[in-house]
Amino acid sequence: MKVSNISWKIGGEAGFGIMSTGAIFSKIFAKKGYYVVDNNEYPSLIRGGHNAFTVRVSSNEVFSIDKDINILVALNEETIKLHQEEVIYGGYIIYDEDSGDITEIKKARKDINYIMVPFSKIITELGVPRIMINNVSLGASVALLNYDLEVLRNIIRDIFERKGPEVVSFNIKSSEFGYKYIKEKLKINAYELEIVKPVNKMLLTGNDAVFLGAVRSGCKFYAAYPMTPSTSILESFASVENDYNIVTKHAEDEIAVINMAIGASFAGVRAMVATSGGGFSLMNEGLGSAALTETPLVIILCQRPAPATGLPTWSEQGDILFAIHASHGEFLKVVLAPGDPEECFYLTGKAFNIADTYQIPVIVMLDKYLSENHFSYERFDFKNITVERGKLLTRSKDIDAGYKRYLNTEDGVSPRAVTGIDRGIHIANSDEHDEYGYSEDGAFNRKIMVDKRFRKIKKLMEEIPPPKIYGPTDAEITIWSWGSCKGPILEAMNILNQKEKKVNLIHFTYLYPFDGESIEGIIEKSNKNIVVENNKTSQLAKIIMMNTGYRIKNKILKYSGRQFLPGEIVNGIEQIE
Amino acid sequence: MSKIKNKSLRESYNLKPGDFNTERKPTWCLGCGNYGIWNSLKKTFVKLRLMPHEIVIVYGIGCSGNGANFIRTYAFHSLHGRALPVATGVKLANHKLNVLIMGGDGDGVGIGGNHFIHTCRRNIDMTYILHNNKVYGLTTGQTAPTSGRGFKTKSTPSGVLEIPVNPVSLALICGATFIARGFSGDTGHLLDIMKKAIKHKGFSFIEVLQPCVTFNKINTYNFYRDRIYKLEELKDYDRSNLNEAIKKSMEEEKIPTGIFYDIDRPTYEDGLKQIERKPLVDHMIADIDINRLLNRFY
Ligand SMILES: Cc1ncc(C[n+]2csc(CCOP(=O)(O)OP(=O)(O)O)c2C)c(N)n1
Ligand code: SF4
Repeated sequence: MKVSNISWKIGGEAGFGIMSTGAIFSKIFAKKGYYVVDNNEYPSLIRGGHNAFTVRVSSNEVFSIDKDINILVALNEETIKLHQEEVIYGGYIIYDEDSGDITEIKKARKDINYIMVPFSKIITELGVPRIMINNVSLGASVALLNYDLEVLRNIIRDIFERKGPEVVSFNIKSSEFGYKYIKEKLKINAYELEIVKPVNKMLLTGNDAVFLGAVRSGCKFYAAYPMTPSTSILESFASVENDYNIVTKHAEDEIAVINMAIGASFAGVRAMVATSGGGFSLMNEGLGSAALTETPLVIILCQRPAPATGLPTWSEQGDILFAIHASHGEFLKVVLAPGDPEECFYLTGKAFNIADTYQIPVIVMLDKYLSENHFSYERFDFKNITVERGKLLTRSKDIDAGYKRYLNTEDGVSPRAVTGIDRGIHIANSDEHDEYGYSEDGAFNRKIMVDKRFRKIKKLMEEIPPPKIYGPTDAEITIWSWGSCKGPILEAMNILNQKEKKVNLIHFTYLYPFDGESIEGIIEKSNKNIVVENNKTSQLAKIIMMNTGYRIKNKILKYSGRQFLPGEIVNGIEQIE
Repeated sequence: MSKIKNKSLRESYNLKPGDFNTERKPTWCLGCGNYGIWNSLKKTFVKLRLMPHEIVIVYGIGCSGNGANFIRTYAFHSLHGRALPVATGVKLANHKLNVLIMGGDGDGVGIGGNHFIHTCRRNIDMTYILHNNKVYGLTTGQTAPTSGRGFKTKSTPSGVLEIPVNPVSLALICGATFIARGFSGDTGHLLDIMKKAIKHKGFSFIEVLQPCVTFNKINTYNFYRDRIYKLEELKDYDRSNLNEAIKKSMEEEKIPTGIFYDIDRPTYEDGLKQIERKPLVDHMIADIDINRLLNRFY
């Protein structure tokens, strides 16, 4: 059957290579130009527990994974129990009878095809390690899709080359066996994907894109304390620190992390930190220190369901109100929320430029779904990220005698001297201070300095684009959302458009400062407004209310620790109607 | 201490301690031990022929931290307890700078205790001067983690129930490579210690016994004068012997001052290939080619 779109899922016990197998499956298709989105579901354990990896492949642009699975690879019985509901009518489940008797379970779904592939026996027969079951299943999946086995072979070669020819040959042999088992023994021909323009696509997560954007932006100091789902950024930085002259510091805690970054930035380098909600809580005081000392700083906040330890490996958008209000006192900061890896890349570049230009902290918010799942893209044009450092002074000869670090300028931004140059001597002061930086608690001075720092907002607002509108302008329904909900909403809109329902999306990537005026017109004009958010308390709706006085009453909210699936949004909208 | 490039500048050096004064006069109580530390430090800079712009001092919050306003160098007046990580960031971004940290005992071994442990073991080439007045000065006289058992303060009217932290012992077991104790009532001795500490390559730590004349009526100048002695006076004291240093650091009847420990160990910066050629801050970042990185994602 020719199809334009398939979803494949593999499940098994955590610790058995489910994630790397899924990642290979994604790669097989991105290599040939298909659009790919994947999703890794795993518990916060190293071994045991259930692990599942979903890949959606399409010949047309796709924005998120979907609920309906065409092929489910079940490496254990539990996978069938947990996921067979998701398999679509006429879909396939690949399983091994040696991993459990499923005669009873099967009765629930007479409409799908159960394909027995004796993984265990094959492995024993080939005399290869048990972990090779993953390759057998990949080979079998490629065969079911009538896809080119050579692509899989090449990827396996690339990945395992370092481990020597024997490992490569084990892996390839196992995948070939799985392939032949379907093709020659069972002679099943399930699907065939429509051909696409053959371009080799990148496959990357939001975290990868943030990392790339930061390296391109000249980030020279990166500090972090491991915390899911931000950790991969730390590991990426650590892996290139010598190639790109970056110091990566895994510090003692997130308090040290943010203060180290502030120190590095004070000394003149671009500095960034990343964490999740718990670490961000610890960073709050430091955030205010960056603000009062007017030290540029980029903070990546990869959200996960909270409070406390919460659900470490799952997804939620529960921290937006916290982020915009983070730290005590009133000060200017910027909060961004990219909706996909491409936006992660460019907005990270933007975050550094805003931080440097306005000498303020900038927070970029992701969530587990965006941080850890892969999306396919054609190569990013990194030249589109430029480096703007604002009023940074790096040479003594550019500084007049009597330098004032906190000069009360018209735009509120004062020339900032890096450390070590003779005319730039100053105090960066976390106490309120005068123009020189000396501690000063006079009432007159206090007002002047607060106003100076807030005056930056004028020019800043000119740089902040209004939210992006997707879909027709004359829609019957307008969805309001932010960050990673973008993908599932765009998918839902496609489905609704097929049902001839006109829906559009107002998507916010710039969440703070919030330009209420730019949206008042849209809110009032649209027939029906609905917010879609991955949280319990509709925080974007609150922000809109705070800034416009307009209350959006219709809400589609999900707070089960899982990101939205398109169908859920479609259902939500149909119910509201 | 960082190597000075500009030799001719060094030769024509004619700064005086007063050149390290800012336009602000100290606001410490008359007789406060912080004056002694302030004076010794300015003299030390002159002795070492350091220019104000070659120095970054990161301050904690407390009476001691208010010194940020009175010493003319680059300064970062950070948060309560957070001076050490800020200094670490400064040094890693530009290791050509001479970086110092100044803060109180509450700041350093109370709220910032975790950073103290880890900064010691990192052995970054910086100098940490801990102003130990055994009380919270700026918040007007509550107990500190260094206050003696039974010490009566506003927050412990019946006397402190815990035993005090000994900052020198803590630094020793945490891996600092130069560890000393000075007394702000003996500025000549303190100057000598400061000079050696700043010259030391690696993390140097000085605990300064600093009388708080307003809130600590126990640990006064006379209290210390009656009890302190100098390790230099001991004939066979071995500064490279950790066990001996720990033992000495725990003495209470008589209080040893001077250098407890002084060894060479590669610094944190020594292990960073990426800053071998030049400091991070000197890299051009205008147009970094990330093609190689992008290739990883195929
Ligand atoms: C997070 C935080 N908690 C509390 C304070 C209030 N505070 C300021 S200084 C200080 C203690 C000062 O004692 P110490 O660090 O020993 O310095 P000293 O004033 O004695 O030099 C405290 C508790 C603060 N600034 N920040
Ligand atoms: S309160 Fe104590 S430490 Fe603070 S300035 Fe006065 S004497 Fe010095």
